Amino acid sequence: MGLSPRPDSNIVETTGDEPWITTKLDAFVNWGRKNSLWPMPFGTACCAIEFMATAASKYDLARFGMERQAFSPRQADLLICAGRVPFKLAPVLRRIWQQMPQPKWCISMGACASSGGMFDNYAVVQGIDSIIPVDVYVPGCPPRPEGLMYGIMMLQKKVSNERSKDKSLRNEMEPDAKSQLYIAPSVIDEVSEPFGNSVHQQRSGL
Amino acid sequence: MSKGSFSPVIAGSAVTNAAAPVTPKNIPNRGGAMNPSVDAIRAQFPTAIKRAEVTWGETVIIVDRTQVHDLILWLHDDATQKYDYLSDVTAVEFRDFEQPIEVVWHIRSLPFRRFLRVKVEIEKGSEMAVPSVWDIYKSADWLERECYDMFGITFAGHPDLRRLLMWEQYKEGYPLRKDFPLRGRFSRSEQLRQALAANPEARYSKEELSIADAFEDLPEDMRRRLGSGERTGE
Repeated sequence: MGLSPRPDSNIVETTGDEPWITTKLDAFVNWGRKNSLWPMPFGTACCAIEFMATAASKYDLARFGMERQAFSPRQADLLICAGRVPFKLAPVLRRIWQQMPQPKWCISMGACASSGGMFDNYAVVQGIDSIIPVDVYVPGCPPRPEGLMYGIMMLQKKVSNERSKDKSLRNEMEPDAKSQLYIAPSVIDEVSEPFGNSVHQQRSGL
Repeated sequence: MSKGSFSPVIAGSAVTNAAAPVTPKNIPNRGGAMNPSVDAIRAQFPTAIKRAEVTWGETVIIVDRTQVHDLILWLHDDATQKYDYLSDVTAVEFRDFEQPIEVVWHIRSLPFRRFLRVKVEIEKGSEMAVPSVWDIYKSADWLERECYDMFGITFAGHPDLRRLLMWEQYKEGYPLRKDFPLRGRFSRSEQLRQALAANPEARYSKEELSIADAFEDLPEDMRRRLGSGERTGE
């Protein structure tokens, strides 16, 4: 019994009639990016439990190209901040965001990460958008897996509409105190009196 | 006891002919059988106990601030008491401003199956300091740090009294005090600015790093900071 040649060892002759397509480079790149978002779960509270349920077999995040959870920010595309962020954790979250390579996106999952939620107190950041840029806010306390997946699909839609010509998309700006656009925190406090806004809330009378 | 040896504590081992413990039912709000340790304390420290009461079946003693350390030390060491387990150190401030702040120690005697709640009253306006029990119970370390962090009560004799829950540069005060505003004293933007100014990596000393072997591989600026003995951010 001799060795028969492997069936795929035959060299296929190129005849020039292979199928091919043309597309815009952005459409092709975005198609690749949106279907292979590697999430970095930053879970601090009960939203993280719901995120685990989303990632597990019943809801199966792998269908969205999220098979691989990146537990290092250096190999992640998408930061999912699930849960409340206390002020003590604020520099940590910002450092993690800075460690993620471009292109990167952020989902703020749940009421606490988006706005501080019910924790309107001395210890909790009132919305992580005061620390890092956020692409999609998912409401809920905590959101159901369907809600998170809806947010992920919204983000996929956003990714597929990005244009590489728009350089400002990937700009990472540190607050520059010398810039004319810079507004000092004391000025923000002053102009937002007496009610404050979602990011800069004034202290209550309590 | 030599280092490394371990002797288990058998709960109830010091009580002779004791029946198996049962969960008591129909406990009155006030009154009931008092912990027998209270009489022993009265005999040993005649002036220490200001008041003693039984609330929901648990004995509470309010003791003199200057004698609380000796009292707890005696309860821990005496062969007839053996209070070997400190389960909590905390404080209570009441809404009524005239009422004093209470510092509470929960101590338990596993061999005798006894539980005692020791309180010290700190009058408003007096010095917020009580003696530390860290030299008696090592578990008091973080409990007292938390109490200091939240109430600003100084535990004299604690080896490393730093904030535990809030970061060490926290400037707004003591969050669980009644005069502390719910949202803190500073505005949100100022709170955020101060929080983000902290350098999370600078919060460890060289010795605290679990990767002390990898010290040479750290970035240059971090090595310089840790090498000069820097501990905290800012």
